[in-house]
Amino acid sequence: MMSDKPYKIVIGLETHVQLLTETKLFCRCQNRFGGPPNTQTCPVCIGLPGTLPVMNRKAFQLSLITAIALNCEVPKFTKWDRKSYYYPDLPKGYQISQYDLPMSQNGWLEISDPQGNFDSKRVGIIRAHLEEDAGKSMHDELAGKADSRIDLNRTGTPLLEIVSCPEMYSSLEAKTYLTELKLLLTYLEVSDCNMQEGSLRVDANINLHVDTPQGKVATPIVEVKNMNSFRAVERALDYEAQRQYSEWQEAGKKLGDVPKQTRGWDDGAQVTRAQRSKEESSDYRYFPDPDLVPVIVEPEEVEQVRQSLGELPAVLRKRLQTDYSIKPYDANVTVNQGPKFAEYFIRLAETSGDPQQASNWMQQEVLRTLNEESWAVDEFPVTPDELSQLLQAVQKGEIDRSRAREVFREMTMQGNSFQQAMQSLGIEQVDQSALLQLCEQLLTEFPQIVADVKAGKQQALGRIIGEAKRRNPNVNPGQFRQPCLDLIEQK
Amino acid sequence: MADLTDYTAVKLLSLLQAGELTSTELTKAYLDRIEACDQKIGSFLRTDPEESLKHAAAMDRRRNAGESPGPLAGLPIALKDNLCTRGQTTTCGSRMLENFKPPYDATVVEKLREAGAIPLGKTNLDEFAMGGSTESSALGETCNPWNTTCIPGGSSGGAATCIASGMSPLSIGSDTGGSIRQPAAFCGVVGLKPTYGRVSRMGLVAFASSLDQIGPLARTAEDAALLLEVIAGHDARDSTSLDQSVPRYRSVLQQPLKGLKLGVVEEHFGEGLDAEVESAVRESIRVYQELGAKITSVSLPHSEYAIATYYVIAPCEASSNLARYDGVHYGYRTDENILHATLKQQRSGLSATDDEQALNNLDSPLVRLYRQTRAEGFGAEVKRRIMLGTYALSAGYYEAYYLKALKVRRLIRQDYDEAFREVDLVIGPVTPTPAFPRGSKIDDPLAMYLGDLYTVSANLAGVPAISIPCGFSNAGLPIGLQLQGPPLSEDRLLQAAHWFQKETAWHQRRPALN
Ligand SMILES: [Zn+2]
Repeated sequence: MMSDKPYKIVIGLETHVQLLTETKLFCRCQNRFGGPPNTQTCPVCIGLPGTLPVMNRKAFQLSLITAIALNCEVPKFTKWDRKSYYYPDLPKGYQISQYDLPMSQNGWLEISDPQGNFDSKRVGIIRAHLEEDAGKSMHDELAGKADSRIDLNRTGTPLLEIVSCPEMYSSLEAKTYLTELKLLLTYLEVSDCNMQEGSLRVDANINLHVDTPQGKVATPIVEVKNMNSFRAVERALDYEAQRQYSEWQEAGKKLGDVPKQTRGWDDGAQVTRAQRSKEESSDYRYFPDPDLVPVIVEPEEVEQVRQSLGELPAVLRKRLQTDYSIKPYDANVTVNQGPKFAEYFIRLAETSGDPQQASNWMQQEVLRTLNEESWAVDEFPVTPDELSQLLQAVQKGEIDRSRAREVFREMTMQGNSFQQAMQSLGIEQVDQSALLQLCEQLLTEFPQIVADVKAGKQQALGRIIGEAKRRNPNVNPGQFRQPCLDLIEQK
Repeated sequence: MADLTDYTAVKLLSLLQAGELTSTELTKAYLDRIEACDQKIGSFLRTDPEESLKHAAAMDRRRNAGESPGPLAGLPIALKDNLCTRGQTTTCGSRMLENFKPPYDATVVEKLREAGAIPLGKTNLDEFAMGGSTESSALGETCNPWNTTCIPGGSSGGAATCIASGMSPLSIGSDTGGSIRQPAAFCGVVGLKPTYGRVSRMGLVAFASSLDQIGPLARTAEDAALLLEVIAGHDARDSTSLDQSVPRYRSVLQQPLKGLKLGVVEEHFGEGLDAEVESAVRESIRVYQELGAKITSVSLPHSEYAIATYYVIAPCEASSNLARYDGVHYGYRTDENILHATLKQQRSGLSATDDEQALNNLDSPLVRLYRQTRAEGFGAEVKRRIMLGTYALSAGYYEAYYLKALKVRRLIRQDYDEAFREVDLVIGPVTPTPAFPRGSKIDDPLAMYLGDLYTVSANLAGVPAISIPCGFSNAGLPIGLQLQGPPLSEDRLLQAAHWFQKETAWHQRRPALN
């Protein structure tokens, strides 16, 4: 899909992830989304004179977990730096961040596409570092008159910034990277990754490597901001690649010819627009924060965290394929639905003894119901053990698939157990003599069918089966077919 | 009874504890003294007699009820106005914070309240503690009690003068490059800068965070020991605070000095040292010799770079620490009506001349708010240091200035480490000269900075240092002696100072104020 274009797209992503801590990074205010403006603040996070930051160990621990899961090196020594700029939502006039000695670096995240649109690859992680978030500004800056409102509830909440290498070569790769990263963070329970609430934010750096008669030429790098969903990221990058190619054809500017540009994605218009660069953007005057002490991380601590990580998505996908013999595509869908979904599947596969059937049910009926009802896996009313009884009945041929779906609906919508659902739908096993009696009667009524079947037209039997089901809905076609054939044989 | 304001804190405390004196009487005596003298000296930016007397009465009630209300119960104390006091104006001597009332007490203030001390008021200082004369305060003038045409030193000018003129038995100062020791020397009182991290900085309005340290000022080393014991100790709210137990400083004082090894810092007796100061310090060394100390010579070879190093690091940190004063969230804000009117006028002026370029460069209202607020809210010295620091941290200069300074800072610390392998304490002058006339250096910042020659090294190295009165110039101005020790050697410093004061009477002289 890229080979037809005379250029290669090069993308690097910067992801900011809000960590799920009780309190903020350097004070003991609640770290919670929402709340009336400026109610989750204290003298420390609003930067009153004389106040001092004290690091939240839990936040550092969550960063450590993430960094290790991203295969990063964790240096023994890391420190805090001040990043200076003036903005009303930054009360101290600097953000406490990490500059030259981040808490982790040189990792990777593996991505793959089940549809095979690109080969599985490891996207390098340059660094992941911890920093405090700024507050929120709402502007109404009219000409000559400024009116801004500031909410400092978010000020000082812990953010992990994860910077990838520029190693993604299509918007699909970028989207897959983000999906995989979000999934990993969800499995690790370090963030709720809610893009609408801003607990996951993405900026992209993108440029092109254009084929020219003189060889490959890199175009200027553009930073794209303001993308509020993965879909938006995908579209913004596609748009930006085309825009940059047109610009290249018109202006021919190469990397280094112009300063790095920042553009914002306008989701309504589906275009990127140049953003006014901040006056002070070029020089943040980083220097070590003298109010904080460096953090020492012993190798044993890293090892301990590594041991306690649990099963991460990439490993779980492989295990589902080997332990339950399900297809890579199915393993992918299951794992991508999150840890609870995967856990449900494993239990269902174990108790029903039929992993492939379990997988089918999970991906069709269960997933559809979750989507239709907007339920989280937690909210799904049927336990895997109850569902397993239904699957076993299907497996034994006790009920057919369409009846089974009715039972499933009864179980999910009424919250009934398998037995209750069967009863309330009036489903009983039809006994063998009743079945034979019905068959005898139908064969008498439809002699033509008997003749057709005898002449080798097996499909003629369908009509009899349909009629049998109409007269007694409990008739299971699988159980009806053979006795019926036997009777015709005897005629 | 003799004039109470002439007694040491230790003596007053014993009178209070014996029931021979009430805190109300004592506090009243000091408030009267302030009433009588402070118009002339200007130690205090604010006092609240009613509030102080209320606290004193409460202390008396508790003592009468048989409670033991804390190690400083009933003793008045003065607080430098860069220490946050809950609900009470904390100005840092700046227009920027002229009306700022913090909703919290500094840890030190909290500890003092718990110990039963009676806050008398907030003392004057150089703006944001930047200066060595208290002349950069935007909110008041402070004079040297020994000669009111002279500066009192700084930045803790008010903290030193209130002790020297008997307006408080104890006071708290802060020392970033000599701001406790230098005014103590100029005013003839004792001032101690503890080891970095010994006293919590929480609630001390930051000047240069890696150098700032809170410490006591008093008439005697014993009084300083009494106070340090209360304010020192670990604080979970200050990440740089040391998790080390606090010795009982006062009990260490009485142990004899025999065998103390004192190193005379060669580099402190070079060019620039006033002859009178030198002879007073040399005489003091002789006193120690008589007390049984062993005197040797030591070298702090990187001393000559200390001023340059300090005047890179301190402004760098200050430029960042003071970024928060931007008129947005609290503190001074420029008049917005004037701001908008001015911008409008400038815009229409530029439009009329079709100056596209200048129009584009015109400040946004927000940027103008920052610029104008800071231009009006800060004084010249603060601006000078913000500019120095901003420059030194800028891309392209950072390595040459800030990083280089950090390297030299480590070498200075190493000098001390090596010296303290040979000797227990080092001894030398606090300042090159005695106090100078007011206004004489205000237009010569470099000359002012060079006055910090002997004091800044202790801050750069993080080691404790004490200033004690050791003589007077012919003009009648006090001269200070400096002792510096290895980290956490406050007990040693106080002990050495105490024995010196037992042998000398410099600290018993009083300025004539009437
Ligand atoms: Zn807070």
